[in-house]
Amino acid sequence: MQIYLPIAELPISVFLVLGLSGAVGFISGLFGVGGGFLLTPLLIFLDIPPAVAVATVAAQVAGSSMTGVLTYWRRNALDFKLGGILVAGGLFGTIMGVLFFNSMRRLGQLELVITLSYVTLFTLIGGLMLFDAVRAAMRDRAGKPTRLRREAGSHPPWMGLPLRMRFPRSQLYASVIPIAGLAVIIGFIGAVLGVGGGFMLVPALIYFFRIPPAVVVGTSLFQILVTMSGATVLHAVTNQSVDIILAMLLLVGGVIGAQFGGRAARNLNVSSFRLLLALLILSVGLRFAVDLFLPPNEPYSVVVPEGAQR
Amino acid sequence: MRRAALALTAACLAALATIPAKAETLIAALSTHRIAIASNFTGDQLAVFGLVERDGRSVARADPFDIVITVRGPQRMLIVREKERVGPIWINRSQRRFPDRSIYLSVATNRPIKEILSEDAARRDRIGLANAQRSQAGFDFDFDIGRYRDALIRTLEGKQLYLLDERGVTFLSPALFSSQIKIPATAPTGPYDVEVLLYAGGSVLARQTTNFEVVKTGAEQSMASAAHERPFLYGLATAALALLFGWLATVIFRRD
Repeated sequence: MQIYLPIAELPISVFLVLGLSGAVGFISGLFGVGGGFLLTPLLIFLDIPPAVAVATVAAQVAGSSMTGVLTYWRRNALDFKLGGILVAGGLFGTIMGVLFFNSMRRLGQLELVITLSYVTLFTLIGGLMLFDAVRAAMRDRAGKPTRLRREAGSHPPWMGLPLRMRFPRSQLYASVIPIAGLAVIIGFIGAVLGVGGGFMLVPALIYFFRIPPAVVVGTSLFQILVTMSGATVLHAVTNQSVDIILAMLLLVGGVIGAQFGGRAARNLNVSSFRLLLALLILSVGLRFAVDLFLPPNEPYSVVVPEGAQR
Repeated sequence: MRRAALALTAACLAALATIPAKAETLIAALSTHRIAIASNFTGDQLAVFGLVERDGRSVARADPFDIVITVRGPQRMLIVREKERVGPIWINRSQRRFPDRSIYLSVATNRPIKEILSEDAARRDRIGLANAQRSQAGFDFDFDIGRYRDALIRTLEGKQLYLLDERGVTFLSPALFSSQIKIPATAPTGPYDVEVLLYAGGSVLARQTTNFEVVKTGAEQSMASAAHERPFLYGLATAALALLFGWLATVIFRRD
């Protein structure tokens, strides 16, 4: 069954999109990540214009993080004070990101920017996660505690910058500046690449600010929810490339897949799945590296420039 | 001035005098003048029917009739970019702009173009994918542009937007012919011009033009125009719908 997408201007198989978004939703439920980083490249691979893919996945990520936010909120595992600061920084980053996205699109280098960022970001983060997962597994095997215990009273230097605030729920007393800075960077990357950024925000909050993991996931989902809703509206206003039909299809598949993924996560060994997630992120990065480094089959590409469209 | 006017009059008279010699007239009709894109649109086809009429006085020709049907879709500015190696990576370096190029182009003939007319004539009459959009002068200032134009044609052919069918016109009788125009699912919306040319012995005997349009209808139309005319509301509505879906999922799948 095919359905015509009014903004992407091509027909697409409903079952294909539902299947893809279901599979990505399963993965996102399993690992607690948004899944945008898998969905955007897959949509581009299906011939959906990159601008439409990035803008539409933003809506999908907003919708699927809504589910997570409500669940964590009910469990009282959400720090709204920390979330508020992350949101403020994230929205600023998103606005900068959308502006950057549009100017790169006008210059004709959007494709290069997306590819380069995927390569560097994903090989870097995937590599770090792989390293961490392997190290944790080896410590586990050697019978040592998986993580080094933090020493009382010690904290990294960036937490001691001015404008310190208390976040009781996150057991955090730290400067607002590095937290907001982190949110700006992730909001920017999210808007440019059409990813929520949860896979970057969660480890960053855990490693750099030592916030309890239980609170981190809910809070980061809250931040993603707000920034991605903002990104959807901004993309719609500035480049009219949000496809509402595609967004709905992705949401249906993603939400259902995420439920099953979430259930599977409860029954399975977490540390081996962390290894799998690292490999997955790494392989997405390598897939994009192939495009960048191997000589292309067809060196020419044809585009309709900005403004020449209706 | 007067001499110019005189020459013009003479030319007109000469042109008038030649018309009766061309005894054939061409009548062509389309099965529809409007292709509607609805949510189940996966491409469409329309039929061209035509009749070659000859007045009784003219003598039968030795050469058979040939028909060339060229469909030119809506025009946009197109940019062809070329990837080049910079250090270890491949990036878009140089580009050529093609103002006012049809995104859709289809050429259908009853037999291979080479058999119908010479290459020079094809260039002059703008026949074939490479010639159909050549400016009437037929002169390229930039020799380099050729490979970009070839790449443009190759790419759009790959997307089924440029079509060449050298057996696409069928003669049902010596004077009656038909052809199918294929509109792919990715066809752009806008006006399409259809040009039907009648050939015999390598020269044009008659010409007939008509047109049709491809438009979005119903829900497709309203969504596309909402996205472009009320982008803020459209974005808000999409975001709100997304959040609603997320909330619904927690309600449906709630287990505690």
